[in-house]
Amino acid sequence: MNFLLSEDQLAFLSAIEDLLRDRCDALRVHKIFDIEGDAQFDAELWAGLVEMGVPAIFVPEAHGGLGLAMVDLAIVSELFGTYAAPVPWLGHALATVAIVLGGSEAQKARWLPRLASGEVLATVAFAEGKSVWFPGEWQLAGADGSLTGVKTLVPNAAEADLMVVGVAEGLALVEKGAAYRTERADSGDRTRPVDTVLFEGATAELLADGLAARDRLSDAAAVLLAADAFGGAEHCVKMSVDYARVREQYGQPIAAFQGLRYQLVAMALATEPARGLYWYAAHSWDALPDKAAHAAAQAKAHLTDTYLQVTRDTVEAHGGIGFTWEHDTHIYMKRAMLDWVWMGSPSRHRLRAADFAGW
Amino acid sequence: MELGFGAEYDSFRQEVRDFIVAHWPPADGDLKSRANERAFVVAAIERGYMHRAIPRRFGGSEQEPDIAKAEIIREELTKARAPAGRIPGNGLVVPTLLEWGTEEQKARFIAPTLRGDIVWAQGFSEPNAGSDLAALRTRAELIGDKWIINGQKIWTTHAHKATHMFCLVRTEPDAPKHGGISYLLVDIRQPGVTVRPLIQMTRQKEFNEVFFDNAETPADMLVGERGKGWNVTRSTLKHERSGIATMTWSLSMFRDLVKLAKEVERNGEPAIRDPRIREELAAIEGELMSLTYSTYRATSHDIHGRDIGWFQTMPKLYMTELAGRIAKLARDIVEDDFTDMGGARLKWIERFMISLSMSIAGGTSNIQRNIIAERSLGLPRDRVQGAGA
Repeated sequence: MNFLLSEDQLAFLSAIEDLLRDRCDALRVHKIFDIEGDAQFDAELWAGLVEMGVPAIFVPEAHGGLGLAMVDLAIVSELFGTYAAPVPWLGHALATVAIVLGGSEAQKARWLPRLASGEVLATVAFAEGKSVWFPGEWQLAGADGSLTGVKTLVPNAAEADLMVVGVAEGLALVEKGAAYRTERADSGDRTRPVDTVLFEGATAELLADGLAARDRLSDAAAVLLAADAFGGAEHCVKMSVDYARVREQYGQPIAAFQGLRYQLVAMALATEPARGLYWYAAHSWDALPDKAAHAAAQAKAHLTDTYLQVTRDTVEAHGGIGFTWEHDTHIYMKRAMLDWVWMGSPSRHRLRAADFAGW
Repeated sequence: MELGFGAEYDSFRQEVRDFIVAHWPPADGDLKSRANERAFVVAAIERGYMHRAIPRRFGGSEQEPDIAKAEIIREELTKARAPAGRIPGNGLVVPTLLEWGTEEQKARFIAPTLRGDIVWAQGFSEPNAGSDLAALRTRAELIGDKWIINGQKIWTTHAHKATHMFCLVRTEPDAPKHGGISYLLVDIRQPGVTVRPLIQMTRQKEFNEVFFDNAETPADMLVGERGKGWNVTRSTLKHERSGIATMTWSLSMFRDLVKLAKEVERNGEPAIRDPRIREELAAIEGELMSLTYSTYRATSHDIHGRDIGWFQTMPKLYMTELAGRIAKLARDIVEDDFTDMGGARLKWIERFMISLSMSIAGGTSNIQRNIIAERSLGLPRDRVQGAGA
């Protein structure tokens, strides 16, 4: 049985983690988080990741990429979750998936090499407000080559050179310079800024197979969010365990108190086994097409719910210091909030999973 | 990453299948016959498919450890509903004897145990020695060439069917708690031993109290050294263990739950159409999938000699909590039938209670929490010695 990561995957992760340890420590994350005014991403860190080939993971080798799979995107997402990395990964990774899945040969040839090299920064626009997230719900129309309307919670739209926009007809490409405005939302998660995008007759080009690709794309989004949630949750558990070992009260480490020990165990028990679920969702996306939509919905629901609860537990485990702005926990909690919201709430994903299961 | 065992095991699986087809169902079609079951088990041992960790001279098939092969054999046997070669009674005694027994003890007990001619009960727990097992008080005194045993054991599974008991007794009353215990083998079909069934809250009888009143066992029925019984209990069959078999139990309980939710009607519709039921069912499935695929991950890591990490200590507690959640949703589905002990939903009422036994047997849930805290999270040992041991 080989339900495990290959030596190559472990080596790749280890190289990325070296970079993150070096350039994405907690101090750096706080610094980016606390930038005055609109939230920003960490351009230096992103440049480092680009240099390592991170944006090239899912791009086929024929288009200058590494030709890897959803599992690889997911395990890297986990790592970014662990480090709360302030990089425009979510939108860029998903836009890449969209073009790989739905682009014509010409569209792929035009965009994929530049997405892989990081020359072009891309993102995806799904939500339309009022909990509209899923392809079947998209109202924005793009058939006539121009878009008018609003998309919300679009990651890094202001910085993006290219947007893959979910439309009634499938998926549309909108380039920087087209007729749209962005307004940066005052979103809790300042490591992954999101924008409202107001399209005002923006020139748009449909992806050739966008209609066929869009459900797979939304499953991919669910998988990557689940992976991020796992990384963040696991980090919060470890942070809490470490703190309990060093913090002393009544003359002993608080880890000696059974009440707290059992809280830490409950956090770990909620989190660690969920790794298998997100792995399975990523693996299904790659290899088990009949199972993929169900597994993605389950992973998104379970992992993002768990992550948010674990961040609450993390505050409790730390006491007063965990409630402060200077502590890391609130950054993770706000990432957990975005993971919970983005692409639809856990409750909606559970009901979708029930439908997919044929109940 | 792949979920199967890989192409290299395909031919092995085919061999196992061919073997099963040739031997089961038996020629006379009698699936219940003890003789047919025994013949199948003997043939399977001969082929190396059962009791793989046990040397041939003691009745096993002496194979190189291979978790994948063990798992494939188990899957194929289950699929064909063929005898699994399970040891009747408590088979934990076998690895213990292999590690600590004298040559005479091994020769005398292991093969008959595998065949089911000797059935064992485990005599560990006592009324005042539960989680704190080392507090046990049943004592044995060596008088001449016999141990004379007095005291009481409790929670002894299937003692009424057992012929023998492996038990922990206090032989060195002046030694410290853990140091005064010895591991003895006792024939329990003797006048000095009384077995009294305990009736569970489900009305079932699985457990017993066992009373020793000057019961006897020969001096050479001591396993390991005198006073070292605590160490002797540490051996378990590490060979080829995987959590997949135990996980399968949760999967089948969940499948039953989905079936129940489809059968039971409310407001003229199957309960499964109710969004609250659907959502909780999906939430339970999410946990079940977590357990399932983390178990596959753990098994894969074992096969490849990689560290499983935190998950190692978690399956039992996770499954216990999951079983409780499944039982509670079944309660919500059957509603009024939940109190009808004579009705069609009795199975679910029993499961509501039986799921609690998981939180007690084989190390209570709080003991599991101590184990996770110490071994996985690396928290300092509980101050009360042995609580997470």
